[in-house]
Amino acid sequence: MNNFPLLSLITFLPLVGVMALALLPRGQEEKQVKLARLIALAFAGVTFVASLALPFLYDATAGGFQFIEKAAWMPTMGLEYHRGVDGISLWFVLLSTLLTPLAMVSGFAVKERARSFMAALLLLEVMMIGMFTALDFFLFYVFFEGVLIPMFLIIGVWGGERRVYAAMKFFLYTFLGSVLMLVAIFAMVIKAGSSDMTALMGFAFPKEMAVWLWLAFFASFAVKTPLWPFHTWLPDAHVQAPTAGSVILAGVLLKMGGYGFIRISLQMLPSASAMFAPLVVALSLIAIVYGSLVALAQTDMKKLIAYSSVAHMGYVTLGIFSGTREGLDGAMMVMLSHGLVSAALFLGVGVVYERTHTRAIARLGGVASVMPRFASVFMVLTLAAVGLPGTSGFVGEFMAMQGAWLMDHRAAAVAALGIVLGAVTMLWLYARVFFGVAEKAEVKAMPDLTWREAALFLPLLFLILWMGLYPTTFTRVMDSDVKHLALSIQHLGEEK
Amino acid sequence: MINILFALPEMTVACAAIALLLIGAFRGEKAGGLVTSAAAVSLLAAALVALGGESGVAFFGMFAVDDYRRFVKVLLLIAAAGSLTLAPAFLGGEKKGIKPEYAVLVMLATLGMMLMISAHDWMALYVGLELQNLGLYVLTAFQREEKRSSEAGLKYFMLSAFSSAIMLFGLSLLYGFAGGTGFDDVGKMLAQNPALPIGFVVGLVFVMAGFALKISAAPFHMWTPDVYEGAPLPVTAFLAAVPKIAALSLLAVVLGGPLIAAASVWQPILIVLAVASMALGSFAGLLQKNIKRLMAYSAIANVGTMLVGLVALDPARGGMSVLGLQGVLIYLPVYCVATLGVFGVMAALCQGDAPVESTEALAGLSQTHPWLAFVMAALLFSLAGVPPLAGFFGKYFVLLAAVKAELWPLALIGVLASVVAAGYYLRLIKIMYFDKKEGEALVLAVPRSYAHNGVLALAALFVVLFVLWPAPVIEGARLAAERMLLP
Repeated sequence: MNNFPLLSLITFLPLVGVMALALLPRGQEEKQVKLARLIALAFAGVTFVASLALPFLYDATAGGFQFIEKAAWMPTMGLEYHRGVDGISLWFVLLSTLLTPLAMVSGFAVKERARSFMAALLLLEVMMIGMFTALDFFLFYVFFEGVLIPMFLIIGVWGGERRVYAAMKFFLYTFLGSVLMLVAIFAMVIKAGSSDMTALMGFAFPKEMAVWLWLAFFASFAVKTPLWPFHTWLPDAHVQAPTAGSVILAGVLLKMGGYGFIRISLQMLPSASAMFAPLVVALSLIAIVYGSLVALAQTDMKKLIAYSSVAHMGYVTLGIFSGTREGLDGAMMVMLSHGLVSAALFLGVGVVYERTHTRAIARLGGVASVMPRFASVFMVLTLAAVGLPGTSGFVGEFMAMQGAWLMDHRAAAVAALGIVLGAVTMLWLYARVFFGVAEKAEVKAMPDLTWREAALFLPLLFLILWMGLYPTTFTRVMDSDVKHLALSIQHLGEEK
Repeated sequence: MINILFALPEMTVACAAIALLLIGAFRGEKAGGLVTSAAAVSLLAAALVALGGESGVAFFGMFAVDDYRRFVKVLLLIAAAGSLTLAPAFLGGEKKGIKPEYAVLVMLATLGMMLMISAHDWMALYVGLELQNLGLYVLTAFQREEKRSSEAGLKYFMLSAFSSAIMLFGLSLLYGFAGGTGFDDVGKMLAQNPALPIGFVVGLVFVMAGFALKISAAPFHMWTPDVYEGAPLPVTAFLAAVPKIAALSLLAVVLGGPLIAAASVWQPILIVLAVASMALGSFAGLLQKNIKRLMAYSAIANVGTMLVGLVALDPARGGMSVLGLQGVLIYLPVYCVATLGVFGVMAALCQGDAPVESTEALAGLSQTHPWLAFVMAALLFSLAGVPPLAGFFGKYFVLLAAVKAELWPLALIGVLASVVAAGYYLRLIKIMYFDKKEGEALVLAVPRSYAHNGVLALAALFVVLFVLWPAPVIEGARLAAERMLLP
């Protein structure tokens, strides 16, 4: 099994799916759409099943990069096709492969140009998995940026009324951040003489250079995460994107920023990270409080969840830059949990939108009385978003706070305030939408969850509870890598 | 020494052009289609011929052949043949066929460019340049009955003649100081006089200005949008893609070879040209409503980025950076393919009797003509430099060379300009994919040849699949750049 290119299989299976969709013979419109959905779902499903092998085959006690694949790509230029996963990236790969088929099923609601929609989702999956498993900087950048094209099209072609504005803003904003990263990559590759990311992790860059490099990477990852004040593209993109797009955007794309912070800022430029940590922590705290406060004022469900995502991502960066093992563990868990919870929440908004064609909170109310099943599902999701013990949200936020406490008591206090605000936001949203008497005609006419929709929520709910009740399953795999990473940072802190 | 075999590819093109001209003269306009196809085939045949042969300097030091020139010539011939396939759909139509002179003029202009590439002497360079120019003047004014075409032809002629005169004046100064017209004479003179005579510097500046006009680098770009807009579409495609190959590669030969000792003079000039072109091309393109003008600014911005590759010097060796030249040689084919492809899609569309020119006319193209829209979108994303498409590789290596040469600000300006330029490429994609068609369906596909379809398909496949197997172009470019720069 050692030489089996599992990662390449997982990455490029969806690409085969894209080709199959492109070559689909012309036929009756309706039949073709059905066939396209089936093909796309089959490829995404098989990819997911194949990716399930990763946590079982990964040797958690050894840690480090495994499933390494290395092949010459442009040998004279020193560029290699070099891939691998460690305990940190492994879960992101699984998150991508899990959410893609779910997004597809929710995307069955898309009637127009359904075949292209499915192809775009598969292409997105290729890029996401590729990015999380790339170990060559060139490869990393190619996949990191490659995400933009399918997402741009998903928002722009299938989005809401202001989709053009949102798509353009999303693309140009992230592109601007990324090109600065590209220049930093040039500088690192030239200085170290290699584009191998594992080699760069041990390379000590001169201090002054590291500062500039760190800032360039920060430009890219802060936009992607997004960290306050670089978040303004997110609410627009979320509100305008179709449900499937929001699911992937919140579930996976935002994690690319956090992953980048861990993989590159922390692992390759630890001293500069230590230097800038207070800045990032401050921005994270602002994001936590500000995100929740702004979320409170929203009248659109999607926008509300988008702003609460900004707050959640604040915990991620807070945990990462707390420089403690607890904080790192917490950041990872918040990311995974948020990946599941926010994806499910956006699916929930999609359920409401499909029935009423509105996301305005004021036009809903009393939904619980007509959709009891949906109301209970959404309750669990709300509680998970709030961070109730027993759900996945609690574990991550608790550990991130713990990390913040170890670093600075004041930071933990502010973050705790943010948790209260977050709870207010989400619970108030729930109260306004679900409680009360269903008075409006369109609310009264809402049918409860269909089986297809229920099937979307069930695996997510299951995982949310699993992660909340027995997080060891997840932390076990990443433990050794996180410990290793935390040790190397603490060591630096002492030096300073 | 005269060894005619050195110029075998040039002879092939010249003989074919004369033969086709005769066929056109005797058979008249009926033969237009045949002549065009035959011209494309003979250009490709010349590319095959150019692959072989030995390296060396011939015709009394006038004419040089080496791996670098071979690489560029093959590129040039393929691009020229590709641009020919777009012509019949546009210039032909059902009633009247395409005129046979068109293909012959393209071949003669291409021949001029081949001579430029192989030049090893200022005289040879100038002769090649003028042969190219004469062909291009006539091509630009090819639609005589169209006012805009004639205007563009005249404008191009005036400015190009002006720039030729400037260049010639500069060359006369270089000749005066070097005592000979050969590239080697200049190299020898510079080796003996490390302090540059002021007259030589003036001459060099004039030569650079002439080059800048030919490659439409800002601030010498004024003619470009007008000429691109006025010229018939296939000619614009040819103008935007093919002469750039010849002029830029020749600039690399001249600056990296005989004039390398004068780098202190030309490097700052080139930096100004590069920055101005990138900035102007990116920002001015945002305002364009005409696709041809937009592509003109895109050409200016891309030329600016390519100049960055030539600016980079190797700190260790002192000469022009191999990586930079390699980047330019990767950038050129990628840029040519994308440009030809975009014009190819436009040549495949019409609005009633008129060609498609306004950006808004593309609205809803993704629904009326999904494949054409897909090809166009892939090429535009590539021009914007988004990975994993081919355009990214060109930008990557050029800017990598700039960083390696410690030209930080230049690399930063390069990436920032690419973000700004992405704005207008994305706008075209937005119009095709996001906007709904308003009013009656105006845009129709014109009947096009298999060759035309083939070129479009190949262009799209090239930019999309380049990432899977980049080695041939990247290795070829590396070899060519090394042979040219390393002794």
